Amino acid sequence: MTTLAPEGVAAYPVPRRPRWLRGLRIVGRVLPLAPAVVILLLFMAGPIIWAVYGSFTNTALTGSNARNPAWIGLDNYIKLFGDPTFFQSLRLTVLFVFASAVVGQNVLGLGLALAMARAGKAVRAIAGTIVVTAWVLPELVAAFAAYAYFTGNGTLNQMLGALGVSGRNWLFDFPMATVILANVWRGTAFSMLVYQAALRSVPPELTEAASLDGAGTRQSLLYVTLPVIRSSIATNLMLTTLQTLSVFTLILVMTSGGPGFKSSTLPVFAYQEAFKFGDIGYGTAIATVMLLIGAVFAVAYIRLLGLERERT
Amino acid sequence: MTQRLTSQTLGLAASRPDRAGPPTVGGRRISSLANVVLAMVAVVFLLPLAWLLLAAVDPAASSRTQVPETLTLDHFSAVLTTELTLRPLTNSLLLSTVAGTVTVVASVLAAYPLSRYRLRFGKHFLYTVLFGTSLPITAIMVPVYSLAVRAGVLDSLAATSLFMAGASLPIAIWMTKNFMDAVPVSLEEAARVDGATLLDRIRYIIVPLMRPGLGVVFTFVFVQAWGNFFVPFVLLLSPRKQPAAVTIFTFFGQFGTVAYGQLAAFSLIYTVPVIALYAVVSRGLGGSFAVSSGMKG
Repeated sequence: MTTLAPEGVAAYPVPRRPRWLRGLRIVGRVLPLAPAVVILLLFMAGPIIWAVYGSFTNTALTGSNARNPAWIGLDNYIKLFGDPTFFQSLRLTVLFVFASAVVGQNVLGLGLALAMARAGKAVRAIAGTIVVTAWVLPELVAAFAAYAYFTGNGTLNQMLGALGVSGRNWLFDFPMATVILANVWRGTAFSMLVYQAALRSVPPELTEAASLDGAGTRQSLLYVTLPVIRSSIATNLMLTTLQTLSVFTLILVMTSGGPGFKSSTLPVFAYQEAFKFGDIGYGTAIATVMLLIGAVFAVAYIRLLGLERERT
Repeated sequence: MTQRLTSQTLGLAASRPDRAGPPTVGGRRISSLANVVLAMVAVVFLLPLAWLLLAAVDPAASSRTQVPETLTLDHFSAVLTTELTLRPLTNSLLLSTVAGTVTVVASVLAAYPLSRYRLRFGKHFLYTVLFGTSLPITAIMVPVYSLAVRAGVLDSLAATSLFMAGASLPIAIWMTKNFMDAVPVSLEEAARVDGATLLDRIRYIIVPLMRPGLGVVFTFVFVQAWGNFFVPFVLLLSPRKQPAAVTIFTFFGQFGTVAYGQLAAFSLIYTVPVIALYAVVSRGLGGSFAVSSGMKG
């Protein structure tokens, strides 16, 4: 594992030396990796292995099963796959990710980036600052602001009232819609910045040539700009999906996953089962499912990057 | 976790002027349409932010957005106590600084062999790191909690900050390696001939040359840790040790009788350092450089 590749060292060619001396040198070269490897093993690999192990136990938050949990095999998973709330939570997670990340943040982010490229300097600066500020806010603060906006006496109903429309208790009546809109508000800046950078990399000659050939704005966008930035689109879709999968604070503050479990995405559901109902083992099984989902997306993301690399 | 890192560095792109499209037929119409659309989006996005600013100084603050009739700093003085803000902010600073420092040191060390030597396992290591970047590690706090209970490190500031460092480490290594690749190897040659050890070369040649990049990595991790609520919420139990995020939540969590003015004031105090750091980094540390390092595979 720790030997050098046949072509030797990139920077400093290794002269022929006795084998043991070369071995020593290689150890010296990989030694700087040690702190990072130790931290990653303890604080990344540790929790992952523990998640898999813990999902086969009946660990509880309090009581005797907290200290001395027993191995219960697949019981947590059998319970999980017979639990309609779990499948509802899975559906809500898919809805949350699809509506707020894949559609909301990506489409709005691309639209904003396209508009920014054509708008006046002042409008661009002001709009950019506002959109980015919502994203730089700590998640908790963004969640409080979104709560105050959607709550019964909040700003949304205040504006609707001014228009003569009677408001609703949005957080209670439409919990998923409110957390999705809040996440679009909070997260769009990321996609906007990615697409702004991507659009700058589109050579202007390409769009010029298209317009000389008589392509309209829409055609030039569909057939020139979007194909050129497709790898940014793919990367951004993966990244926003992974980010949105782990959104917790926003939903906890706005709806606590409620009413009932009506806005409990997987992170919130796992939290509720473990800390509200005291079943750590069951919450851990849900966390393991989340890890698996994340791992699938991670592999897809890495393959995507690998393909891009070969292409370029 | 992923969100956080790449996003912060990407943000730096904003400071770069856009390349305006060439004037084309109908260009002016499109441009005014773009202005109108952006203005509308800006107003919609501004509303919750405006509430935060206005409620903090409004004696009659509520969840509605209104222009205050008089201005007050009472909400700020009400929350500026040791228990409520000063100690929690100190804890936030401590957690974020330790997480940022540990991450940067470990990343620089790890990035050196990955960037400078052709290691047979280097590619696998980097892909494993990238894989780790993508796992929702800070969203699986249930097993992390039970592991901390078993290991006897529940309610430990040190363990919490190390966990946050571990969670940011994959993306930090990835970014640091990309920054380091941009530092020419030739600069180290002379030092190496003069007998400088590997640590000397890292310390006196590499680190000074990649200070802007390390600033980006540190800021990214710091901001992540500062804004993180879920991790300290689950791992730190005693109020004395909790950072500002957890204190705000527990203090204002019962929404029945919310003191909106104090909530907004507290939120602003907690947010200002992050905004300031972001502004400094995005202005000072070079835009496209960071973007490409954050994004490239």
